[in-house]
Amino acid sequence: MQTHDLQLRAADRFLVDGLNWRIEAGECWCVVGRNGAGKSTLLHTLAGLRQADGGSIQRGGKALRKWSLQALARERAFLPQGRSDSFGYRAVEAVLTARHPYRESAYWESEDDYAAAHAALQSVDAGHLAERDVRSLSGGERQRVAIAAVLAQDTPLLLLDEPTSALDLAHQVSVASLLRQLCREQGKSVVMVSHDLNLVHTLASHALLLMNDRGGWHAGPFDKVMTTPLLSACLGHPIEIVRHDGRTIYVAAER
Amino acid sequence: MNETRQSNRVKHVTMRSILPVLFLLSFLSILIACAIGSVDLTLTDFLNALTLHSGTENVGMTTSVIDLRLHRALSAFVTGATLSLAGVLMQALLRNPLADPYILGVSGGASVGALAALMLFAATWVVDAAAFGGALAISVLLYLLARRDLRGVMGAEGSAPLLLLTGVVLASGSGALVSLLLSIAPDSQVRGMVFWLIGDLSDTQFRWLPWVVLVGALAFSCRAARGMNVLALHAENAATLGIDVGSLRRRLFFCSALLTASAVSSAGSIGFVGLIVPHACRFALGPDHRLLLPAATLAGGTFLVLADTLARSVIAPQQLPVGVMTALIGVPVFLLQLHRLRRS
Repeated sequence: MQTHDLQLRAADRFLVDGLNWRIEAGECWCVVGRNGAGKSTLLHTLAGLRQADGGSIQRGGKALRKWSLQALARERAFLPQGRSDSFGYRAVEAVLTARHPYRESAYWESEDDYAAAHAALQSVDAGHLAERDVRSLSGGERQRVAIAAVLAQDTPLLLLDEPTSALDLAHQVSVASLLRQLCREQGKSVVMVSHDLNLVHTLASHALLLMNDRGGWHAGPFDKVMTTPLLSACLGHPIEIVRHDGRTIYVAAER
Repeated sequence: MNETRQSNRVKHVTMRSILPVLFLLSFLSILIACAIGSVDLTLTDFLNALTLHSGTENVGMTTSVIDLRLHRALSAFVTGATLSLAGVLMQALLRNPLADPYILGVSGGASVGALAALMLFAATWVVDAAAFGGALAISVLLYLLARRDLRGVMGAEGSAPLLLLTGVVLASGSGALVSLLLSIAPDSQVRGMVFWLIGDLSDTQFRWLPWVVLVGALAFSCRAARGMNVLALHAENAATLGIDVGSLRRRLFFCSALLTASAVSSAGSIGFVGLIVPHACRFALGPDHRLLLPAATLAGGTFLVLADTLARSVIAPQQLPVGVMTALIGVPVFLLQLHRLRRS
């Protein structure tokens, strides 16, 4: 996936301006920025849910606009931030519907779809939730089911908007290692928005900082971009980087 | 784990065998409707007439009684099935299980048309045509006013605030017009107008058009059933799963409006069928639209046939309007459901 001079606007404000960005297979990008910096807008635009306000986005050398909805659904999966359930579907059905791009002509799901759905649920430790009503799940459980749906869609590119925001610590770590595995072993690309820099550090290979000043941005390999001055400017608060036992920890400095 | 997966799938698949059962129940309900009524038929008379056995002397009378009842039962069935299907579609469109086919004012438009025609002593077919015209007019108006909402991507918080609010306002506007018409109508007409409003099957004749609309809409919506599931489960990212959200919602809107117009113009605005039948089916069979659409259609038809049979036989030879009966059954059932929902 590649953007060329991408421009995103909200009302009369520039969120992102002149973004030239390449996402290669096997890379895991994290998008960092303050609230309202345009992280979700960027993800929506990459997913094709909204038009870019300038510039272009290409997937596989073809403009995103020229892809058909069905073909694109087999290319990228999108995990939105919010979820709302009005109907009492079972969790497994939520995951099964993510197989839609592969069986538009069939009326019912096949045995394979069930297998894929259950495998996806189990990979996020939600196998036991399969028959539960989605409305009865807790926020974190529902988020894991939504992640399972994204996995079951089985696309080379995953766009995840705060995938771990509602998860407990243990599940945050296991989802992070799952995503890392997907990138390293299966060559998938991940673009995720997250506010948890320490978690992101364990899996991201690259970072995109949205700077909040008239669409400024910095993109590059994780350690090149996640530096004290850039991060502090990006987040509007001084950040300290602490080394501990060979690990890197990001801490908000006391003013 | 593999075993549970297997058994889950088997459970999901066996649920589908409910459809033939519902089909059978529909036939049974029509049979019951033919057998019961203000004229008592003995079982032998009934069976003889059914098999066209000419041994008994009053078989001619029996056949004509059964003929009348059959026509009425068939219109009850098609009306109930149409309303129930319209309810499911409307609920999917608005992403709200408590929506009913009348919520957007389509039936209000039909009421204004029909009542105006009734007030002017029009013939039955004119009344039906006026009702249909009124429903159509409101649908077009609604589409023009709320088409921004029917266009693109839905927000996470569900959708359709514009469509829903516009519809509710149009519905209450039609309600005011209905009151106006009732207050200026000549006394001789008021009773007929009130009966029309409550919903009544006593004057309906057998027509092919409602059946054509019903079968067409059912075929269309079953084709769209997968998309409806995706829309219900993944509001915000349905488009990323390959669903053309705008087009699907527009089609759902027109389909449910057409169904509502068809039902209302042949039998008046019978309440609650489009609300409680989809609700009960969802409760029993789950919300998967691929099963829910045909199941709710059959169950809705059966329900209205039975309700109408009750309506014309409880205090026979007096007849209650069937809308009273559905409301009497519907209100407590709905309240019970609502409280159960709130509790869980």
